[in-house]
Amino acid sequence: MTARVTVEEVQRVAELAHLELTPEETPRTLNDLNAILDYVAELNELDTSGVAPLAQVSELLDRADGGMLRDDHVQPSLDRAEVLSQAPETDGVFFKVPKVIER
Amino acid sequence: MNSLSSASKPVENYVEHPKTLAELRAGIVAGTTKAADLAASYYERIAQKNPRLNVFLSLTKERALAQAARVDDAAAKGDTLGPLAGIPVGIKDVLVMRGAPATAGSKILQGYRPPYDATAVAKLESAGAVLLGKLNCDEFAMGSSNENSAYGPVRNPVDTERVPGGSSGGSAAAVAANMAVATLGSDTGGSIRQPASFCGVVGVLPTYGRVSRYGLIAFASSLDRVGPFASNVRDAATLLTVIAGHDPHDATSSPAPVPDYAAESDKGAERLRIGVPAEYFAEGLDPEVRACIETGIAALQASGCTIKPVALPHTKYAVPVYYLIATAEASANLARFDGVRYGPRSKDSATLSDMYRHSRDEGFGAEVKRRILLGTYALSAGYYDAYYLKAQQVRRILAEEYLRAFNEVDAIVTPTAPTAAFKLGEKTGDPLAMYLADIYTVTASLAGICGVTVPCGATKAGLPVGMQVLARHLNESTAFRVARAVERG
Repeated sequence: MTARVTVEEVQRVAELAHLELTPEETPRTLNDLNAILDYVAELNELDTSGVAPLAQVSELLDRADGGMLRDDHVQPSLDRAEVLSQAPETDGVFFKVPKVIER
Repeated sequence: MNSLSSASKPVENYVEHPKTLAELRAGIVAGTTKAADLAASYYERIAQKNPRLNVFLSLTKERALAQAARVDDAAAKGDTLGPLAGIPVGIKDVLVMRGAPATAGSKILQGYRPPYDATAVAKLESAGAVLLGKLNCDEFAMGSSNENSAYGPVRNPVDTERVPGGSSGGSAAAVAANMAVATLGSDTGGSIRQPASFCGVVGVLPTYGRVSRYGLIAFASSLDRVGPFASNVRDAATLLTVIAGHDPHDATSSPAPVPDYAAESDKGAERLRIGVPAEYFAEGLDPEVRACIETGIAALQASGCTIKPVALPHTKYAVPVYYLIATAEASANLARFDGVRYGPRSKDSATLSDMYRHSRDEGFGAEVKRRILLGTYALSAGYYDAYYLKAQQVRRILAEEYLRAFNEVDAIVTPTAPTAAFKLGEKTGDPLAMYLADIYTVTASLAGICGVTVPCGATKAGLPVGMQVLARHLNESTAFRVARAVERG
């Protein structure tokens, strides 16, 4: 967990996150990430074997209502025209994006 | 009356105390105060103060004045008015209001006008509140000083050379400067409590699930809460009563009945057992802040509380756990901002992936990018177990530690932040130093418990100090009772 992040890893992570890093941004990002990862490495001091991960706290609340899922039936949703009016480009039915497939 | 002093140049102070909610509402019910006049007077004060403080990002005047007119009509007819009738309220710009700008403090949502209201916003309006406008905050609620807003920082009304805290800096400053009677904010790792403490107002962290997150622009979904700010504890309790409750639009919202928190807060703190964890008074705590909190604890004892030490030995791991979990969730939540459905799209991108990358690069600020990268890294193949899974395991240890402590005490009190408000620019160069401003708030976020931060004295320079009062899940009433006792002093 004290692995040093490399330039290649930063670039790969940026690609996964659809973020662009300029040549000037890369070294600073590398330093920041390594500093933060060094800091979080403190967690290695703790033995957590056998501890179940806690993803969210609802399970701690002892809910007596037998679950939080609503009944599944059709309900009105947002108006399509109103939603599409906020998009950069649409054809009135679909969102439009630049061409995906080259041929 | 104002005893603020400074070594060199005089401190520029915009603090002003609003009337209480009960006083204002009584005037509106009696017809001696018109909601329309009250709204107009708040817009006037906003016009005077906003150029310097940068608290509001946009105003929703038309909607506010229409609501004020409805309240005045209802009052004239003698109709029963809602608990917030005519009360001018501000909304953090991460909560959506139909047709109003919703920027989340980011350029990537510039121009976006959401087609619906957040549940908490709709509930406020149904209770009669007049919604003045949208409040400045750190971009996507990521920050502890409001300096990450793409629209410039908020200045602290107590001292304009200082930060208001973050991320809900605008929400805290608006109440401190009486630019709104009360406001809504959001808290993921301390974003309500820390700015409330820095600006000298009351801020509430409701239990996870107590208030619907529908219409809250997501940062870290397992941690995000919506909560109120007010100038006194009772008003904050009244607001929570209005916005709390189950919402079919948020499956994590709690079905537990909502008590009248204001009435609960009247019950007094006598005989409550108050825990004081030594871990929150260790190295790094400013001595002046410590002295204020110790005075507050003495006041609690004088009002009949039992004070006892509690042990929370894993506290030091909370900040690393928080930054791993919050950034991992953020990296997933913020994937939706890609120039397809809302916000600006980068021009001249030949391919879809160029378009995504360029739109996100132009839209996101440095801290948001840093957190997305950290979160993506922590979730990526080969590192998931070492970082994200480990953090979730320690999250359980931290949550269970709090639950054990609450077997022995009714509430736990700590400083809200290790220092009073720091200077603008003081920590912007060092992300880690900024993260440590959240050291006393993130554990409650991870555990999902509730809390209230209440003003508890000031430093010699006149900077407010806040005491954090924490209580077990769905036990807001206890936190309010203790906070009222601290407020009385």
